[in-house]
Amino acid sequence: MTRDQPPAGIAPPAPAPPIPAPLTTDDPMPATEYKVQLDVFEGPLDLLLYLIKKEEVDIYDIPIERITTQYVQYLDLMRMLDLNVAGEFIVMAATLMMLKSRLLLPPEERAEIEEEEEDPRWDLVRQLVEYKKFKDAAIFLETLEETRKGIFGREGEHVALEPQPDVALHDVSLFDLLTVFQEALRKIRQEDLKEIFAERFTVADKIEAIVTRLRTEERISFAGLFSHMASRHEIVCTFLAVLELIRLRQVQAIQAQVFGEIMLARVEAG
Amino acid sequence: MSDVEVLPELKHIIGALLFVAKQPLTLAAIRRCLQQVADKEGGAARDFARATEPDLAAALEELKVDLLTRKLGFHVAEVAHGFKLENDVNCGPWLRQLLEKGRDNRLTRPALETLAIIAYRQPCTRPEIEAVRGVAVDAIIHNLLELQLIRIAGRSPLPGKPWQYGTTQTFLEHFGLMSLDDLPGIEELRRMEEAQFQRRAQATAITPAAAAEEGPGAPPAEADEELTEELAHAEAEEEDEEEEERRTSQRSRSCPTRTRAPSP
Repeated sequence: MTRDQPPAGIAPPAPAPPIPAPLTTDDPMPATEYKVQLDVFEGPLDLLLYLIKKEEVDIYDIPIERITTQYVQYLDLMRMLDLNVAGEFIVMAATLMMLKSRLLLPPEERAEIEEEEEDPRWDLVRQLVEYKKFKDAAIFLETLEETRKGIFGREGEHVALEPQPDVALHDVSLFDLLTVFQEALRKIRQEDLKEIFAERFTVADKIEAIVTRLRTEERISFAGLFSHMASRHEIVCTFLAVLELIRLRQVQAIQAQVFGEIMLARVEAG
Repeated sequence: MSDVEVLPELKHIIGALLFVAKQPLTLAAIRRCLQQVADKEGGAARDFARATEPDLAAALEELKVDLLTRKLGFHVAEVAHGFKLENDVNCGPWLRQLLEKGRDNRLTRPALETLAIIAYRQPCTRPEIEAVRGVAVDAIIHNLLELQLIRIAGRSPLPGKPWQYGTTQTFLEHFGLMSLDDLPGIEELRRMEEAQFQRRAQATAITPAAAAEEGPGAPPAEADEELTEELAHAEAEEEDEEEEERRTSQRSRSCPTRTRAPSP
């Protein structure tokens, strides 16, 4: 599948894959820059559960300070990528900050504020535990779906699952991808690079590059994509290119084990 | 029976019905069909009308075994409260090619999670789903409706009469479930539903806005002055149901499991 043939059944707001004309050097602003519009359908609870799992902390005894710091970092990453993040993320950030400040108070003063002797984290914990149960139920449904994907009804009928508006991530969550992204950004900061020449990177070019690589290579490492990148801008463009390719179902992200390495592969086209 | 020269066996008729039916057939539907033909055609067809559901089940079982032993590439599957013919799963790749369905037909995680909440909590409203997921689900619900995996099951008696959603027959077929009882832990998650309902009822009962709408029957139950003040403030931001509930709950709920976590 080449990117010149946009697959059918993409939601209307999707930008068509054809790439804008190559930028000329005298082009002051890349006005034709490929604009990626990605909706995030994961919510703040998804991010919190992800962090709790990643940090291997007890859901009943969440270290609020540590989790809040991480939460805000991921939120910043999503903002940097200009993803369409739900407002609930901000509300949750505020809630976490409030919890953090409450827990910072010495116990005597805390008691004055709360008439009930309840841990201020409990409401959040309850919500997370409840949601987690449904996430597990969703994984069960996913397993069923997986075992039945080769079964077709009479007349080849199947639930037509084409028009899905969100980034079609299955085994890998958006937050898994963001973790790799964060790591890539951290590395360039550490290396403390000198002046970078005015290189221009575009999402379109990066899409092109990834698609080209996947024509010859069956699988490529997601983290490896960033390994030689020295500019923040290039990393951002590459990351968005991957998200866009996943959304367009040209590429799938595969993670063999939880928090293992993420590989990118072509989607087998029929 | 004019157009029947050789009378088929019961098993053959059932096989033919399943072959043609687009939807899973129940034993009752098969029986009804046999009786209707008997009424219309009379004669030998009447014999089939005498078949009871256990008779039909036995014939169906025989058909099942026949198909399995012959390895014909399809079998009788039990889904969505009925029986249907399904291709063997191992033949999927070739069917996929023939039908030109190259793409993965799986749902995304957020969609599956939303669907799971609806499946376990049905009938349930969008705000109820959002309270669990902590994020807006309108786009996903729209998509699931379009895919006919969920349907509008009614309207909630809550203020504003929000739509309630439930799963469809297609949902059962898509996941190969015989009925909703096949979902694991459905008892537990339904019990949670009851607890949730009680909590919500409690929350609405002490909300002045809800009390006003429901008439004098629901006076503020345990509202001390401070709480009423706080709720009045919450009323100002009425759209934010969740926030409101959280506020109320901080005061009125106590933890169901552990009462206190060790403070850091």
